[in-house]
Amino acid sequence: MARPRSRPLSPHLTIWRWGPHMLVSILHRATGVGLALGGATLFTWWLAAAAGGPASYARFLDLMTRDQPIGPDGLPLPGTAMLNPLPALILIGLTWAFFQHMANGIRHLVMDLGAAYELKTNKTTSLATIAFSIIATLLLWAWIFTR
Amino acid sequence: MGTGTGIGRVRGLGSAKSGAHHWWMQRVTAAGNLLLVVWFVLSIVRLPSLDYRTVTLWLSSPFVAVPLVLLVINTFYHFRLGLQVVLEDYQKESSKVAGLIAINFFTIGAGALAIFSILKIAFAGAR
Repeated sequence: MARPRSRPLSPHLTIWRWGPHMLVSILHRATGVGLALGGATLFTWWLAAAAGGPASYARFLDLMTRDQPIGPDGLPLPGTAMLNPLPALILIGLTWAFFQHMANGIRHLVMDLGAAYELKTNKTTSLATIAFSIIATLLLWAWIFTR
Repeated sequence: MGTGTGIGRVRGLGSAKSGAHHWWMQRVTAAGNLLLVVWFVLSIVRLPSLDYRTVTLWLSSPFVAVPLVLLVINTFYHFRLGLQVVLEDYQKESSKVAGLIAINFFTIGAGALAIFSILKIAFAGAR
């Protein structure tokens, strides 16, 4: 739609003082887009590789993982993480994105009921989603890497 | 908002011809995702290994294949709605239309591939 150039624009990102509510709102979009494009692509790729048979699945695994170091007993050394660094980084990022999107999604469902709009409550729940996503990601990957 | 006729006011749909359906489905799929994706993440991490045999054996159980197909439908529907909202906020007119078509192609294409892959493994049984 054409608009005369002299008309004022609504205030944009740069003029606001940053707060947790603003951060989680932007993170919700960013993690949502990341999960939709990156997560869905990786997930579909994984399923299609498995459906393609042992050879295509082996190629997928070969891209994602490296060979585990072999111990003196001829078995893979326990506790040696097998993921390649880049896939590990992507997967850790995706799980963090999921936890952040999930926690803030629940926060939004509560706000849809008309609750938690008070400034202090809103700020607290925003911070809680960030704390939750970081702690949940750390715990999940600690579990994965120590199994 | 339907100022023209009585029936228009009752339906309350206005000139857009639709109401809160997009918004509501985003919430319904969000609730479904909460269950399905948490189940998926925990299940994947609890698998003893992610080698071919373990994964195909796991996928060949109806109690895995069916929730996983539901997960694909639900998450893909959810992100299809979400990507549309983001796109509409930042793009206008022609690039918006092109973007919407791309979003639809990606969602339906990847979703069909994912569901077909799950069903193929499930119907073939573990090998």
